Formats: sequence, C-alpha cells, structure tokens
Amino acid sequence: MNSPRFNNFVNWILARFPLTKVWNEHLAEYYAPKNFNFWYFFGSLALLVLVNQFATGIMLTINYKPDAALAFDSVEYIMRDVDWGWLIRYMHSTGASAFFIVVYLHMFRGLLYGSFKKPRELVWIFGMLIYLCLMAEAFMGYLLPWGQMSYWGAQVIISLFSAIPIIGEDLSLWIRGDYVVADATLNRFFAFHVAAIPLVLVLLVFLHIVALHQVGSNNPDGIEIKENKGPDGIPVDGIPFHPYYTVKDIVGVSVFIFFFAVVLFYMPELEGYFLEHANFIPADPLQTPEHIAPLWYFTPFYAILRAVPDKFAGVLAMGGAIFVLFLLPWLDTVKVKSIRYRGGIYKKALFLFVISFFGLGYLGMQAPTPSATIAARVLTVIYFSFFLLMPIYMRWEKFKTVPKHLTSNDSLGSKIPLIKQAVSDITQDTVVTTKSGKTLHLKTPNPSGLRNASVDLAKKMKDSLD
Amino acid sequence: MKTLLTVIFSLFAFTCSASGKTELMHANIDLSDNTSLKRGAEHYVTYCLGCHSAKHIRYLRIAEDFELNQDVVLKDIAPVGASIYDSMLSAMDKHDSNIWFGTVPPDLSLIARSRGSDWLYTYLKSFYRDDTKTHGTNNTLFKDVGMPNVLWKLQGQQIAHYTLEGENKVINSLSLERPGELSPSEFDVVVTDLVNFLEYVGEPAKLKRQQMGKYVLFFILIIGFIGYLLKKEYWKDIH
Repeated sequence: MNSPRFNNFVNWILARFPLTKVWNEHLAEYYAPKNFNFWYFFGSLALLVLVNQFATGIMLTINYKPDAALAFDSVEYIMRDVDWGWLIRYMHSTGASAFFIVVYLHMFRGLLYGSFKKPRELVWIFGMLIYLCLMAEAFMGYLLPWGQMSYWGAQVIISLFSAIPIIGEDLSLWIRGDYVVADATLNRFFAFHVAAIPLVLVLLVFLHIVALHQVGSNNPDGIEIKENKGPDGIPVDGIPFHPYYTVKDIVGVSVFIFFFAVVLFYMPELEGYFLEHANFIPADPLQTPEHIAPLWYFTPFYAILRAVPDKFAGVLAMGGAIFVLFLLPWLDTVKVKSIRYRGGIYKKALFLFVISFFGLGYLGMQAPTPSATIAARVLTVIYFSFFLLMPIYMRWEKFKTVPKHLTSNDSLGSKIPLIKQAVSDITQDTVVTTKSGKTLHLKTPNPSGLRNASVDLAKKMKDSLD
Repeated sequence: MKTLLTVIFSLFAFTCSASGKTELMHANIDLSDNTSLKRGAEHYVTYCLGCHSAKHIRYLRIAEDFELNQDVVLKDIAPVGASIYDSMLSAMDKHDSNIWFGTVPPDLSLIARSRGSDWLYTYLKSFYRDDTKTHGTNNTLFKDVGMPNVLWKLQGQQIAHYTLEGENKVINSLSLERPGELSPSEFDVVVTDLVNFLEYVGEPAKLKRQQMGKYVLFFILIIGFIGYLLKKEYWKDIH
C-alpha cells in the first residue's frame, strides 16, 4: 500500500483530521505503568462487552417487537426461526451478566489500588455514572422479553418510587405510563434501552477515558509514574500502551471469551442466574409468581432494600448504598493508594466489605425469612460502615514505606518453577506394578505435604491481612 | 473480628437450612436420540395436543431436526389434516377448557425451560387416585392440579400411602394398584420420550449449540496461545 496515490489520500485526511495525534496521544504514546497485573484486564474487557452488547443488541432489534402482545413470541421467534438468532440472543443475555462481572471486578481493582484517589476522582465519578447507566440498561432491558420475571420485577422496582412521600404515586404512574406495568411501559423501556441510555453510556465511556488519559493510569503500587521522568520526558516506569498492552489484552480477551463461550454454549441460563427459569413463562398480570427476585447483579441492593423495615427508608438505603460509592474519593483521603502499602485495618475492612457484598447478594436471591432479614441487616451495617466510618478507622492505620520505583511484576513464565515446586511438594512418586506386569511411575498426593502446604497457605492469608 | 465473622457465618448457616421439597426423579433423556424424539412427538400429539398447544414449533422443523421425511412426519406425527408448515396448535376451545378444567391448559413450548426435564418426568409419574377430585386423580408434585392423568391407560392406576407427621397425613409413597397396558419399564420409556421431546421443543437449537461449543472453545484456545506467544515476544525487553 505504498503507492503515491494512497499516500496522497492519507495526507489529504491528515491535513483535515488529527488521526495521528489521537492515535499517539491515546495509544502509541500513552505511557502506562509497566507493572499492570491481572486486575488491569477488566477495563478493556468492559469495552469489549460494551461492543458485544451494541452489536448483538442492534441485531436483536431487527426481529424484536416492543409490543406487549408480541414481545414474548418475537423473542422465541429469534430463538428458533431467525438464523443464528439463538446465538445472538445468548450473546446478549450472557453479555449482560458478563458486563456486571467485569465491571464489579474493575471497580474492586479501584478499591485495591486506590485508583479513585487524587488526581483520579473524576475518572471514578465518570465510572460510577457508567455503572448507574448500566443498571438502568439492565433493568429496562430485562423487561423486554416480557416474561413473568421481567414483568413482576419491573412492577416491584417501579412501585418503589411510590414510597417517596407526596409525589411518589404520581411519579411511579409517570414512569409506568399506566396503572400497572403494561404495553406503554414496555414501549418506553424499549426506547430508553436501545436509544437514550446507550447514547449516554457511550458519551460517559468517552469521558471516562479522556479523564483517565489526562492524569494517567494508576498501578498496583499506587505510585505516580509521571513524577519520575527520564531526560526525554517519558516516564521511566511507563511503556506505550500500544503495542505492549494491546498485545497483552489479546491474552486477557482470549481467556475471557473462553469462559464466555463455555457459558454461552453449555449453560446459557447458568442455573437460572443469567436467565431465570420463570422468565420462560409469558408475563401474566393476573398471576404473581411465588418468589420475585431480580437478577444476581442487583441482589445485594435488593437485600439492603428488604433489610430496612420501612419502605421509603429502604429505598433511601438502597439508593444510599450506590450513592456512597460516589463519595469514596473524599472518604478515603489517605495518601497511600495501593493496598500493598496500606496497613491491616484497610485490608480487614475491605475483606469484611467483600463478605457483606457477597452475603447480601446471596440473601437478595432468597425468599425473606426472619433470620435472613437479621443477617441482611447485619451485613447492611457492615456495608455502610466500610464507607462511612472510613475517616475514623483510617486514623489508626500504619503504613508501609512506598517505594520510589515500580516493583517488578512476575510474569507467568517466571512463575512456572514455583508452580512445579509447589506440585512436587504436595505429591510423592509412587511405583505401581499393574496386573500385566508393567511398572508405572505415578505421582500421588502426599498427605503431609498437602497439610504443610495448606497450613502455609492459611498462614500467608492471615499474614496478608496485617 | 473473629466474633464478628462467627456471627456472620452462623447467620448464614441458619438461613441456608433446607426447606422441605419433593425429591425430583432424574429424567434420563438424550437429545441426540432421534427415534426417542420421534416417539415423543407421536405421544405428544396422541396424549397432549388435545389440550396443550406447542405453538413455537412447526412440523417442518421437526422433520428437519429429527432427519425425517416430511411425509413420514405428516403420517406418523401430525394430526390428520395438518400441513407441514403448521405449528403444533391444539384444537381445543378456550371457553370450553375453562368450563371443563377451570383453566386454559398452558402452551407447552417452553415448559421444559421453566420447569426443567426432571420436574416434568417426576410430574408425569406422580399422579394417584383421589376420589375427592373432579377427575378422580391428584398429583404429589403439583397438588390439586387441574389436569387429569392422561396416561392412565398406559400406566394403570396408582394409589397413595400415607404416614402421620404430627397431625398431618403426608403421602409417603405411591404404588401401582391396577396395572395398565404397559409394564412399568415400558411406561418409563414413554414418559422419557415425551420429556425428551418437550426438552427439544423448549430449545430446538440446544443440541446444535452444544455440539458446536467444543469447536469454538478449541478455536479460542488456539487464538489465546498465539496471543500469549505474541505477548511474550513483545514483552521480552520489558523488565
């Protein structure tokens, strides 16, 4: 492609559009810390899933009918009569859950390495707004198949707005467009799901990346690489995003789509976690299902809602559980960013927070019983304490010395000898003679080795909390 | 910290305690067994289609997926007068069914997806004689169900044996009071075929999806391996 005609064409473009500038600023000359670990895959994976949702979503709208009388059947039409329709639909439904898995891990990375702290507060805020949009996307999208859970889930969530004093009833009526969830609701949710919110989402993703590239990426050590520049003005510990992280992300993407494909081809419902069984029954406004539960990614917040005795207070608590995340950069004002150099207090607090999040997620799926409600209350208190008490418990924290340079990151290749050593520690060589007289050299588990290894592991885990 | 953890975990243990549910029997179905699927489709038309439509499946699709000649499907499976392009629709009038059964029998296209094959298998084998009911039968899995035991002629009549749990009479087991036209093992094949067919109808692409999965996964593994080598090559100078 080195013909003068092609070069002329490229020059014509470049004279009118800053293609090279954008390419360099955001990829080829965007310097990222060289020690990104596995946690840093999830940003690019989130982008991948977003593209997947757009591509498959557009294809679904080609055959989907946003009409209460036709919606359910049109989804089944896609599943059966549209060529590869089942694949497109499962890519979209699995993608929805995958989006939340990826985004939750991406946010947790922020908690681990303090990526929300100064100067990245705006990156965090834009990210949180993306998360809010995702929740709206997921909630409205879930109504579209018009199954029993779609219908009753929407009914429950929209009726929450009616708990707001004075304007509540009118507000929920305004959202639904009818006195119950009905055709009007389906139509407007379709409009928001496929047009309004995706537009906002794309804009926010753009802002998230622009804000990130202004201040530069954080890293597992939580050191600002820009403070340590070489004579050429390039951060000593930085490497160009392209090609280094683009090729690295190919590996991350392969691992991700491997798991994605396992779910897609072998367990698209994932035992009812990704597609609920009751949603294969068409929506019936006259028959309330025995047990209404949102999909897994909403269950922690749903559990908080149910844990609070008063409905309106519950709605506030649920909203607060999300809102409090916005405040994080101003709640955790400690200078040390990475968990590697923070004291045991933050590690223990984060550990409790993770337990409360998973615990609430589990309880949100179960039918409410008195004991489950008590458990949910305890976990709700832990959830909020993690954030709101941060300014207090951080006072006692003892920090480790933060290094001036990035510490090196073990590559997968360098870990192989360690893995081999670990395997040989927990196995022993046994010689077995088979009936046909052959001698086999087998590796069998070594009980004392296993015991030592598990004791070591437990010790390491305990130590890592200090 | 320790006490807090203990409290949390004990609360979980408390909330996780099992609730009393009827044990489901396992349906030994095989979606790749076309003869079983064909028999299942025949049974469906004979015993179920009178009341239950399966509107999302067409006879043509059945012919294609079960590798059957269209004429064979029209002769052996479809009801008289049906076209190969027809969906499996029941001829029963909704108004009548409401009078006869107190409800409109649901469409069964997706019943295997909402209930699961084990549930269907157990349900079809859990009818027993109950003279207090209009149709003379009841079901241990789906109490007071409006549907009568349509397979009674094949299965025979089961009766329930009760035990006392506190003050309540609870069904302990079912036994065959009067044998039907088929032996229990022959009847088992009929129910298995039916459930197999319903599983197929729930998601006709399921077999294709599972068969295709391994090739896709293999392809991704290759891509991942090449990607890893590429990454290693690029990164060898970064320390």
